[in-house]
Amino acid sequence: METLNIVDQKVNININGDNVSVSKGTTILEAANQSGINIPTLCHLKKCTPTGACRICVVEVEGARTLVASCTNPVAEGMKIKTHSNRVIDARKTILELMIANHPMDCLKCDRSGFCSLQSLSEEYGITEVPYQGKKRHNPIDLSSPSIVRDADKCILCGKCVKVCEQIQTVNAIEFTKRGFESVVAPSFDCSLGESNCINCGQCIMVCPTGALTEKGAIEDVRAALKDPAKVVVVQPAPAIRVTIGEAMGMEPGAISTGKMVTALKKLGFNQVFDTDFAADLTIMEEGSELVHRVTNNGVLPLMSSCSPGWIKFVEHFYPSLIPNLSTCKSPHQMLGAVIKSYWAKKAGVDPKDIYVVSIMPCTAKKFEAQRPELENDGLRDVDAVLTTRELTKLFKTSGINFSKLEETDFDSPLGLASGAGDIFAASGGVMEAALRSAYFLITGEELENIDFTGVRGLDGVKEATVNVKGLDVKIAVASSLGQARKLMDKVVSGEADYHFIEIMTCAGGCIAGGGQPLNTDIDRIKARLKSIYAIDAKKELRKSHKNADVQKLYEEFLGKPLSEVSHKLLHTHYHQRELS
Amino acid sequence: MVKRMSNCTSCNCNCSKNLPEDLVKIFEKYAKKRENVIPLLQDVQEKYGYLSKENLISISEYLNVPTSNVYGVATFYNQFRLVPLGKHIIRVCRGTACHVKGSLKILEKLESELKIKAGETTEDGLFSLETVACVGACSIAPVITIDEEFYGRLQAKDVTALVEKYEKSN
Repeated sequence: METLNIVDQKVNININGDNVSVSKGTTILEAANQSGINIPTLCHLKKCTPTGACRICVVEVEGARTLVASCTNPVAEGMKIKTHSNRVIDARKTILELMIANHPMDCLKCDRSGFCSLQSLSEEYGITEVPYQGKKRHNPIDLSSPSIVRDADKCILCGKCVKVCEQIQTVNAIEFTKRGFESVVAPSFDCSLGESNCINCGQCIMVCPTGALTEKGAIEDVRAALKDPAKVVVVQPAPAIRVTIGEAMGMEPGAISTGKMVTALKKLGFNQVFDTDFAADLTIMEEGSELVHRVTNNGVLPLMSSCSPGWIKFVEHFYPSLIPNLSTCKSPHQMLGAVIKSYWAKKAGVDPKDIYVVSIMPCTAKKFEAQRPELENDGLRDVDAVLTTRELTKLFKTSGINFSKLEETDFDSPLGLASGAGDIFAASGGVMEAALRSAYFLITGEELENIDFTGVRGLDGVKEATVNVKGLDVKIAVASSLGQARKLMDKVVSGEADYHFIEIMTCAGGCIAGGGQPLNTDIDRIKARLKSIYAIDAKKELRKSHKNADVQKLYEEFLGKPLSEVSHKLLHTHYHQRELS
Repeated sequence: MVKRMSNCTSCNCNCSKNLPEDLVKIFEKYAKKRENVIPLLQDVQEKYGYLSKENLISISEYLNVPTSNVYGVATFYNQFRLVPLGKHIIRVCRGTACHVKGSLKILEKLESELKIKAGETTEDGLFSLETVACVGACSIAPVITIDEEFYGRLQAKDVTALVEKYEKSN
């Protein structure tokens, strides 16, 4: 077959004097990377269309009239390439100087300092002076979003945020608008990010090479609460934080640092350190019961998970007809906030009004979620502040915490015990696997022996499985990234798909790759985190949510049973259709 | 922000009900393809004189192209206007002869008088200010035109009275 020959076809080229053979269709950039040569890029984003916008990846190709962008040009037979000749280095330097000429150059007070690609390239290319007097822009900083801050003056128009929003998430909240010097990446019709379709996932922050997109910080709010003697400040880290905070604090990628993290949070002065994973177990009790109830009572199916707030807003904007399919369960940290300010407050003899709940989340959308008007109880917010992994890292560093040297401490009781099922919420497929481990029990009253549902694990876009529960075939699907979710939703809307339960995570791979995680996250780091999350689960004796003794106690002492009246008041919520801007 | 409920995108029906008949007639000429964004923008602008938010959104829904993309294209090209033209169009000649004779000062005076920049329209919708490369009346430079009228050998100090004359005529 001719097509097979094309796949196998090799092209012989010469890079920096070395003869190499690469597959046809490979770009010069990829060929160089395969040969162990690093070419700088600012606009290149894997899995998205290359645009050659920034020009920093230019190389010299023998016989070509000009330098060529290596990210967009495929190799050709006999091509002779120089990736770091003097001509190339001089051109890259000029490109950088031109970019910097329009830049505010306020690195000392920039949130991105230390993680800025423009800054590090300037350092690499020895730029100590800017020969050009560039015109500066004076766009207002967009502070309208509860999650993301947009400072267009720092934007170098690389377009990575546009690509990730459009091609990976299919949200299309931002786009290049206007032209020339007036060009600005912005939502349509000059509306703010807060008014736009933006679902707050923060993937644009993850890919931004500069400080143009950053999170809306809450560090000062948390520090003020910690200083306030009248406040009882309670903290809860999400499942994914324990496999990324160590990495952010200088340990190896994927380092499991649950105990050190608890110690460090205690050192910061938090009164109680509870675990969002406990609430993940609680979520399984409620959501699992909801699934059983819907299946046995001809309820709206497929049931769709509700843990990921970016996904929720996505449904509210783009698939409002599917709002009844969303689980009414609040996300785990919101559930825990509500439980802290009711059950725990009573137990500890604390006035709920004095409690300040801080969530440490791998996510910028959680900041938006915590501000949703419906997520409160008796006029008290479930969660008062949300910090990302990045913000917690800053807080630890400001407080002089030598993280890797810390002893390990257990979470506080009674909201600190978690099963392995709660832990794996951090990865795409985790909620589904946790739900299946318990749903079997909830439906049949019997315990499942083999609880490793490996079919729903991993970083693939869409994963499907059918699980037989005593004669009933439960059809499930798992998707991560909203682009993948959209494909699945189109099938649900058209009636082509007949699943019982769908788990969606907003970010590709799940919370371990969330928009609040350490910057410069690459696929190897995500794989290391994934491995660690399942290692935590595998090592535990307690691996099913319904076996969590403290969750059982919470039901006995306070909630009654899953989907009870108290549960509904505290642990469930509702959604509403949103306009498209 | 434009108020719009998103029923259409979820059912992919691209409902064209409630659209003005003129718009439907234009849409009917074009297949629902991405490459028809620019021709549609041109036709809609020709019909209405500018591109309203509502019409940009209708184009995006008809073609099933994200509004952000349509808006991006509409703001990229100079030929597209997102606000209606003013009742009177003032064109300041910035050709060589007029430049030498001080047309920049006249432009600046007009901008401060009307409180808009070249390419913009006053809030009351009375004036649009534009610059042009040459109006072919170099002998009376510096020259501006208001609607079809030519005003030559102009000085910056004449601008206020001229603007007032048009304001009063309304």
